[in-house]
Amino acid sequence: MSKKTRSDEMVFRVGTGVFAVFVVLLVAAIGVELWRQSQLSIARFGWQFWQTDTWNPVSGEFGARPFIWGTLYSSILALLVATPIALGIAIYISELAPSWQQRPLVFLTELLAAIPSIVYGIWGMFVLVPFVRQLEIGTPAWMKTIPLFSGPPYGVGMLSAAIILSIMVIPFTSSVAREVLKAVPAAQREGAYALGATRWEAIRMALFYARTGIVGAVMLGFGRALGETMAVTMVIGNTPQMSASLYAPQYTMAAVLANEFTEAAGALYINALIEIGLVLFAMTLIVNTISRAFIWSLGRQTRRAPGGGLRMTSERASAREPRERSGATGVPARERVGGSGGAKPPGKS
Amino acid sequence: MRDRWRRGLSHLIVVLCTGAVLLALVPLALVLFYVVERGVGSLNWAFFTHMPAPVGEPGGGMWNAIVGTLMVTGLGALGAIPIGVIAGIYASEFHGTGLASAVRFAADTLNGVPSIVIGLFGYTVVVLHFQFSALAGAFALGVMMLPLVMRTTEELLLLVPHTLREGALALGATRARAVFTVVVPAALPGILTGILLALARVSGETAPLLFTAYNNAFFNSDPRQPIATLTVQVYTYAISAYEDWHRQAWAGALVLVILVLTCSLLARVATARMEKMQRGA
Repeated sequence: MSKKTRSDEMVFRVGTGVFAVFVVLLVAAIGVELWRQSQLSIARFGWQFWQTDTWNPVSGEFGARPFIWGTLYSSILALLVATPIALGIAIYISELAPSWQQRPLVFLTELLAAIPSIVYGIWGMFVLVPFVRQLEIGTPAWMKTIPLFSGPPYGVGMLSAAIILSIMVIPFTSSVAREVLKAVPAAQREGAYALGATRWEAIRMALFYARTGIVGAVMLGFGRALGETMAVTMVIGNTPQMSASLYAPQYTMAAVLANEFTEAAGALYINALIEIGLVLFAMTLIVNTISRAFIWSLGRQTRRAPGGGLRMTSERASAREPRERSGATGVPARERVGGSGGAKPPGKS
Repeated sequence: MRDRWRRGLSHLIVVLCTGAVLLALVPLALVLFYVVERGVGSLNWAFFTHMPAPVGEPGGGMWNAIVGTLMVTGLGALGAIPIGVIAGIYASEFHGTGLASAVRFAADTLNGVPSIVIGLFGYTVVVLHFQFSALAGAFALGVMMLPLVMRTTEELLLLVPHTLREGALALGATRARAVFTVVVPAALPGILTGILLALARVSGETAPLLFTAYNNAFFNSDPRQPIATLTVQVYTYAISAYEDWHRQAWAGALVLVILVLTCSLLARVATARMEKMQRGA
C-alpha cells in the first residue's frame, strides 16, 4: 500500500469516526446533563425523594414515590396483558401462518407501532375511557370488595392506562419475538417432528431454544412501557397516589413531566422534575441493556449452530433482508435479530 | 388416549395463537375507525390553509401547526441525516472495531430513551441557554432521528455485496472513493426509505416538543421563536373543554394517521421494488 492510500485511509477513518464518537458522546451527554440539572433536588432530598409520597410544589414538598409506583404498576400490568398476546402473534406469524398471510400480518402489527402516541391518547380519552367507566359502573358488588376493583368508577385511571399501554407494547414484543423464533435453527423443529412431536410440541422446542431471546423481547416491551408518555398522560387521571386499585386515578413519571414541567415555577421544582427524568432514563437504560444482552446471547448461540438463523453469508446478503424490512413502520430495524432460517412444519394445515 | 390429549392441546394452542392475532387487530381497527369517523367531518381545505379559530367559532384550521411540524421535523432532519449516515458508514466500514460496537450500542440505547426524556435533554441543552424555540424542538427531534438513520444506513451498507467494493478497490479507488461512489449509491434507495420512515416516526412525536418547541397561537416562521406543531396542537385541543376544539383534535389525529400510513405504504412499495431489482440483478 502506498503512502498516499494509507493517508487517505486515515483521513476517511478519522473523518467518519468523528461522527461515530459524536453519537456516543451524545448519549453520555443526556445522562450528564440531567444529572447536572437535578443537583438542587438531589442535594436537598437525597433518597428521601423516592421514599415520600407528598407532592406539593406550593409548599416545596417533593416526594416522587407515587410516580415510580404508577410507572412500574402500569408497565407491569401492561406486560401481563401484552406478553401472551404478543407471543401468540409471533408464534402465529413465524410458525403457523400460510406464507401469503405473513407479510400483511407483519405490516398490520407494525402499523400498530407506527400510530403516534397522541393518536392513541385521543382515542383513549374519548372512546376507551367512557367504555371503561361503563365497565366499572357495572362491576358487581362482590367484586368491589376486592381491593383491585375498589373505588369509584372514574373511567380514567390505572385500568385505562394499562389497556392502552398493552396495545402499544404488543407490536414491539411480538416483532422481536418473531425475529427470535426465526433465528431458531430449522434442525430443532425437524428433529422434534421426526420424533413424532405434535405442532405445539415442536413450537415449544423452538420457544425453549429461543428462551433468552424471548425474555429479551418481553423486557424490551417493558422498557417501552416505562417511557410511554402521551397516551398514558391522557387516560391515567394524573393523581399522585399509590393505590393497588385498577379503578384509581394515578400518575406516572413520564406523565408528571408532560403535565407539570412547562408550568413549573422555581428552580427546586424544575430540578425535582428533571430528577424524575434522570431516574426514568436510568431505568429504561438498564432494562434495555439487559434486554439487548439476552437477545445478543441468543444470536451467538444460533450462529454456532448448524443451519442457525444468524448467517452473514451470501444468503443474508441476498434480497431477503429488505423484504423483512417491508413496511417496517414503527419498529426500528435494530430490533430485529437474524435474517433467515426458520422451518415450516411438514404437512401444513 | 394420551395421543388424543397431545393433539387436542396442539390444536388448542393453534386456536389461541390465531385468537391473539385477531385480538391485536381489534384495537388497530377501532383506532383507525374512530379517527376516520370523528376526524373526517372537520377535515376540509380550510384545515390546511386557515389559522385556528377562536373558541366558540366553528371552523378554522391548523395552518400554523402544519408549518411548524414541517419546520421542526425538517430542521431536525437536516442535522440528523448527515451525522447519522456518516456514523452509519463508520459502523459498517469498520465493523468489529471497538468504536463501531460503541456507536451501535449508543444508537440502540438512544433509541430506547423515552421521548419525554429527550425533550428534557433538549430543554437543558437549548432552552436553558436560549429560549423555547423551533430550533430546540428540531434539536430534540434530530436526537430521536439519529439512531434510526444510523442503524438503517449501517445495516443496508452491510448488505451491499463485497464484490462491488472489491471491484472499485481493484480499479485503484481509495477506500473513501469506493464507499462514497460505489457502496453508498448501491444502498441509497434503502437508506432513503429508512430516512422516510424515521421522518414519519418523529413527526408524530409530541412529548419531546412540549418543552422545546412549546406552542404558539400565532403564525411563526422564525426558528428562534416558539412554534405550534400538529401533535402538540392536537394534545392541547384534546385536553381542552370545548367541543369545537375536540373536533379539530380528531381532524389533526386523522392527518397524523394519514401521514404515517402514506409513509409506511410508500416504504413498502419502495422495498418491494428494490427487492425485484435485486432479484433481477
